[in-house]
Amino acid sequence: MSDKRLKPAPLANEGLPPEERGLFCDAAPREYEPARGAWENFLNWARSESLWLLGFGTGCGAIELRPLMTSRFDMYRYGIQPRPTPRQSSVFVIGGYASVKTLKRIVRSYEQMMGPKFVVALGSCTINGGMYWDSYNTIKRIDQYIPVDVYIAGCMPRPEALLAGFQELKRIIKAGDGEGQNEYARNFDWYKANQKKVIKDWNMPDYNW
Amino acid sequence: MRREKQHAVPPAERATPDLDSGKYLVMWQGPQHPGITGNMSLRLVAEGDTVVDCETHVGYLHRGFEKLMERRLYMQNFPLVCRIAVPEPDFNEYCYAAALEELAGVVIPEKAVWLRTLSLEMIRLASFLMWIGGQAGAFGHGTIAQWSVTMRDYVLDLFEELTGGRIYHMYIIPGGVRGDVPAGFWKRVLATMDVVEKNLDDIELVMFHNAVFKARAEGLGYIPRDWVDQYGITGPNARAAGAGRDLRKDSGYLAYPRLSFEPLVGTESDAYGRARLRLGEMYQAIDLIRQIVDRTPANGPFREKLPNPLHWKIPAGETYVAAECTRGEYGFYVVSDGSDKPRRVAVRGPSYTHAVSVMERLVRGVNIADVAGLMVSLHTYPPEIER
Amino acid sequence: MNELATRLAGRYGARDWHDQRKDLAAATVDVARIRDVMAWLRDEEGYRHLSFMTAIDNIERGVFTLAYALRNHGTGHGLIIHADVGRDDPKVDSIHLLWGQAWTYQREMKEWYGIDFPGSPRVDEEFVLEGWEGPPMMRRDFDSLAYSDATYAERPGRVTHDPAAHMRDRLFPEAAR
Repeated sequence: MSDKRLKPAPLANEGLPPEERGLFCDAAPREYEPARGAWENFLNWARSESLWLLGFGTGCGAIELRPLMTSRFDMYRYGIQPRPTPRQSSVFVIGGYASVKTLKRIVRSYEQMMGPKFVVALGSCTINGGMYWDSYNTIKRIDQYIPVDVYIAGCMPRPEALLAGFQELKRIIKAGDGEGQNEYARNFDWYKANQKKVIKDWNMPDYNW
Repeated sequence: MRREKQHAVPPAERATPDLDSGKYLVMWQGPQHPGITGNMSLRLVAEGDTVVDCETHVGYLHRGFEKLMERRLYMQNFPLVCRIAVPEPDFNEYCYAAALEELAGVVIPEKAVWLRTLSLEMIRLASFLMWIGGQAGAFGHGTIAQWSVTMRDYVLDLFEELTGGRIYHMYIIPGGVRGDVPAGFWKRVLATMDVVEKNLDDIELVMFHNAVFKARAEGLGYIPRDWVDQYGITGPNARAAGAGRDLRKDSGYLAYPRLSFEPLVGTESDAYGRARLRLGEMYQAIDLIRQIVDRTPANGPFREKLPNPLHWKIPAGETYVAAECTRGEYGFYVVSDGSDKPRRVAVRGPSYTHAVSVMERLVRGVNIADVAGLMVSLHTYPPEIER
Repeated sequence: MNELATRLAGRYGARDWHDQRKDLAAATVDVARIRDVMAWLRDEEGYRHLSFMTAIDNIERGVFTLAYALRNHGTGHGLIIHADVGRDDPKVDSIHLLWGQAWTYQREMKEWYGIDFPGSPRVDEEFVLEGWEGPPMMRRDFDSLAYSDATYAERPGRVTHDPAAHMRDRLFPEAAR
């Protein structure tokens, strides 16, 4: 945990024109210490039973989210519903491969989400590049750029596999291991360096809060 | 409520609003937006509630397929091609396989012809079912998606039984199809078609007679007849405008010359007219599937033996094979140079013109709330634009 | 279709007419005449539908071969017109005023091959790539695998089996020793 008396240096925000730098956040994200004991268990139970997904179909995997949302597989009964804005979501489902252009929006949306937030990565493309392993435009490991909580293998994973993945995510959250947001804050410089190495057209703040 | 009909204007003359005047708001619809079909974005310039100008931005799904296909053997490409148009993978498989067979001089067996046609008609039905859920949902009518995507799941169950995969079938391969029909399959196909058809009757009742849907969809995104050739519009978007072209009838590929159907033609290509036409095509797809179930030969090989795929070289040549997919003309242009890898594979998707040139024209003068409905009524899928 | 071939050769010097199928043919013209040929085929011969436009990198001959595919809905016949343009500093007349979707294909060819279409609307804007600093990526001298290995971090432990080597080792194990 960082010392609260020392304020960290503001972010450079070099991707923004000078007249806009004052409009955007210039502080790096900080870690949040979880509550303790029964209260944290209660909070974790509440968080795991109301997983609100961000409505962003980043790749192929989005096609299996439609059957998941509708009456046959019905994720609503698990407390999962899609939300249109990052400010109201707690789970980001990375649906498969990420091109560099999409990765920039993934980073932007992930940083705008309210914490505690979790990432579920679908498909083999997020794990090791999948069948686009030799493509000049797709990344090969999503966990270099944002922290991932659960991987669901497949190409693409069936709705039942997605439900099993969400059950695993709930188990992780209830056990107190859903610490993706804190991990991002702790290793912020490393993640940011990885992102900037790949995203060449950086015209947004360093931290999109 | 009829909106004013727009006239075709070449893309060089675009509305250029003065963005410094304080009258306009520039906003992005997408890529993180529930009202976008897939993953693309529109940069809208709005004056109040009305959109004045639009730019379509694509590339979020660019994986470099055409480059990757040049690096793989011919047979290694067939798992790759189905991912180009994600909701309708079988058209990719068919066009690629047919192009290779034409260049290599391979003739596929009779049963494979019928099974390929069955696969294409079933995916047509599944894709339309997903589309109609999106069209109603874009106007706030959430019930239809709950019904139609479930019906689509029943069709995907049939695909899973036939091919082993729900979304990506990789069933149509060069030489024929990958497997024979399981025992009892035809019975289940007919039972599923009965269930889906009954649900289509319910959808028609609830959606097309709904006052809000009619009010919002009528007059929206009106495509004049002369745009069809000017912008290369194909499929239901063109047929609803009165251009009665259907590659299944005009080119007569696979088993279509032996099936009896007539292309549906409409008179007004606004969102409501296109939706009506697509509903009719769903019934037509069910009818075609029933005809195919009746007439597929029971016996015979389903696959032609090909040379060893590791050493299969195709003589130099070029061809363009087009099929009528749910959205229009879908084609593969394949150039071979005598080696074991293709020289060039170019994919022609209908959304290339529908989502870029036509969309940018149609969205002018439309209320912001209706932009999503307009986009879905053109039935665009971004992955085939940027491949 | 032989009459069309004769007219095309007589008016515009088209050569290498090839009937691929009953409903598909191809011909080659000089790149300087491509706009006249397209306009004539559209207005006089009924090829009013532009299916697609693309290019093929014939690096061995040092040219890009353009391919413009048209279709005549009346006769159901398709025609692919080819034109060769040099790989160094290629410039081609734009046909964006003939069809409403041509400017997008030209924008794509500029980004993917580096073929310029002077006057085409928004032809220098990025189309599918963002912040791309490399060469036009569909050129055959651009190695996609090398770029991917150099730019994107890999997860260790991935193993690739070359199918040809695998089959040879299985079928002829004594030859491998």
